[in-house]
Amino acid sequence: MDGSDIGLWGVPLAMLAGAIRVSTPFIFVSLGECLTERSGRINLGLEGTLMMGAMSAYGTALLSGSPWLGVLVAAFVGLLLGALHAGLCQLPKVNDIATGIGLMLFGTGLAFFLGKPYIQPKAPNLGALDLGGWSSIPQVQQALQVNPLFIVGILLAFALAWALKNTRWGLIVRLAGESVDAALAIGASVGRVRLLATAVGGAFAGIGGAFLSLYYPGSWNEGLSSGQGLMAVALVIFARWDPIRCLWASLLFGAAGAISPALQSVGVTQGYYLFSAAPYVLTLALMIATCSPARSLRGAPGELGAVK
Amino acid sequence: MTAPSLELIGFTKRFGAMAALDDVSVKIEAGAFHALLGENGAGKSTLVKCAMGYYAADQGQILLNGREVEIAHPRQAHELGLGMVYQHFTLVPNMTVLENFVLSRGDLPAVIDWTAERRALNAFFETTPFTVPVDVPVADLAAGQKQKGEILRQLYLKRNLLILDEPTSVLTPDEADEVLTTLKKLTTSGQITIVTITHKFREVNTYCDAVTVLRRGQLIGTKPTSELDNDRMAEMMVGRRETRTVVERETRPPGKAVLKLEGLSVADNVGQLAVEELALEIRAGEIVGIAGVSGNGQRELVETLAGQRDLEAGRMLVHGEVYTATRPEMVRHKIACLPEEPLRNACVADMSVAENIALRSFDQPPSSPDGIRLRRSPMRETARKLIEAYKVKTPGPDAAIRGLSGGNVQRAVLARELSSEGDLLIVANPCFGLDFAAVAEIRARIVQARNRGAAVLLVSEDLDEILQLSDRIVVMFDGKLALQTDAATAEVGAIGRAMAGH
Repeated sequence: MDGSDIGLWGVPLAMLAGAIRVSTPFIFVSLGECLTERSGRINLGLEGTLMMGAMSAYGTALLSGSPWLGVLVAAFVGLLLGALHAGLCQLPKVNDIATGIGLMLFGTGLAFFLGKPYIQPKAPNLGALDLGGWSSIPQVQQALQVNPLFIVGILLAFALAWALKNTRWGLIVRLAGESVDAALAIGASVGRVRLLATAVGGAFAGIGGAFLSLYYPGSWNEGLSSGQGLMAVALVIFARWDPIRCLWASLLFGAAGAISPALQSVGVTQGYYLFSAAPYVLTLALMIATCSPARSLRGAPGELGAVK
Repeated sequence: MTAPSLELIGFTKRFGAMAALDDVSVKIEAGAFHALLGENGAGKSTLVKCAMGYYAADQGQILLNGREVEIAHPRQAHELGLGMVYQHFTLVPNMTVLENFVLSRGDLPAVIDWTAERRALNAFFETTPFTVPVDVPVADLAAGQKQKGEILRQLYLKRNLLILDEPTSVLTPDEADEVLTTLKKLTTSGQITIVTITHKFREVNTYCDAVTVLRRGQLIGTKPTSELDNDRMAEMMVGRRETRTVVERETRPPGKAVLKLEGLSVADNVGQLAVEELALEIRAGEIVGIAGVSGNGQRELVETLAGQRDLEAGRMLVHGEVYTATRPEMVRHKIACLPEEPLRNACVADMSVAENIALRSFDQPPSSPDGIRLRRSPMRETARKLIEAYKVKTPGPDAAIRGLSGGNVQRAVLARELSSEGDLLIVANPCFGLDFAAVAEIRARIVQARNRGAAVLLVSEDLDEILQLSDRIVVMFDGKLALQTDAATAEVGAIGRAMAGH
């Protein structure tokens, strides 16, 4: 067994590798949800967007031979789904939570339906950068095979944090999320700001889906996301609506997802399924720890209905 | 900046049949610190909201520096240099002071140069009499600092006529003094003109140059503060009134103490004490009226008695036993409660009138034979009787209570609460917004409950109601009892002064 060469060090190393590999969809979806929620709207449909992104990216890559074109198409599909959510929510008497759940089911269902022909064939992969060449240990080399989208995700987190703080656009998004009255007072159109933020947030989630089908696990099937889109929404609350903290939380979730295979690689086989549940248990534990009915969440956008 | 003068001439504003303002004219001199004084509903807020363009007045003319101006929208008011500070905060809590100020300016570049903005704001703060921390999120500021921030933002936006709507109601007296002292300096140096809505005589005496008193939408008068004392102001504010309009009340000796509050302290929604170490006793067969301007802890007190809010310290006793406002205790001690806004506080809006009337007794016979199954027909039967007895206007017992008018919701809840012949009745603003006939009838019901021996706690912002119904009157100010007096010997002036904190 490979892991025996470096003994128990295999576990943290595998978790690091897992954090890098598994976290990317979390990063993109949580950043998308973060942007959407900072504008004062909640989009629970990102799970569906993730699946639609995965399916459309895989299909495009298969048909065109270019995985990066697949990523672009996934972003565009995400943009459309986000805009659809925002458009529906602007109609009178429409609740964004209910619409989000509807779009989640719609997105996953549509992805299954349209994605049937892509389950068997093998599409070209996105590939990875070898950042572990300096090490002679094969496990380290393997762990540091990094997909470019992971790096894009990190840069995106910092760019989003900067933009929300330093640009007119970012401040107006935040103002729309904090106080509709204040936004109207300076003449901003709250509806348009939220439409754009939700659409762009959807595009991020679409890219996250492309990563799932084109890099890791790297194929298209119906169990691909296993709720990652929903966990990413919970993660935004844990990260208190801060893009940088979304990044750290995504890495934490990725590492938690890698516990089970890592333990298996060093020979711990008992309770495999129990450890597989680690990300879900983590979600639940974080929610219980950070949410309380007695006080409203610090950092929560003031106009966000679900946390009012 | 130089302070402008403002003259409002002949303002009239009607909401439906009620005149909130009736031909009110006020002249505010340049550089004045001018107070608008009056009870709740006197029309002060309506007047300034008309001036700021939030409401369109039915009639009225505005002169700014002697020239007629038209203000149809708040933005026009802002362009003319008029700014308003509210009793609630409008700074966005999740943003820093700097972000709030820069954003409200409304002319942002695509990328904001925070270093330059911070330098500019700090330079501006050099010229102001007080400052707030620039880089702290507003949520982390104390209430006094927040209110200072609201005022500073108005100055930052170059507004030179500030309208303050009860600016000190969320501040401690020390904080209020600090804010008002500095504002006073700005007016005496001729930089700004201030109009302030207030209930507090102390602030009027100490800081204001002139006072305009409104009562029920009418202008009572404008006087320099030097010509007025507290008695005169109280008289202008509450008027000379009949202290007792008799609603057939039996004279009866007060009975045993039913409700006793000992050192009761209750926190408001942001964690500050709204009720502080309150001690009060209410006996069987008496109505104790709590007078006071709204926001002095009355709401929190009633919510605590009704079980909607936890207490911080002290205890409540009913019939000598500790009372924690649970449902079994309310049933055992026969406690009835008519809170303010009954549709929100005492009803399930989408349930039917019959179901709402059954809310106290649905799990007891005859509505339920065993506490598990519910029987509709006795419920409906009880409802039908009460609807008739209390003249509730409803399409039928099965109509949703949401569809009823305010007075009829009030009657339905009163029917439910009084039908059990309670020992303790807690009533808050029972006649708010009701027409004359409904008012008379609901007041008569409350007196009837007293006459049969119930202890009644009546909380009301309407001083007439308190004077008319109470056996004993207490005044709440700033969470404490400011005055206790027998209604028969009560002096209206003293009550008015206590309501204003004197």
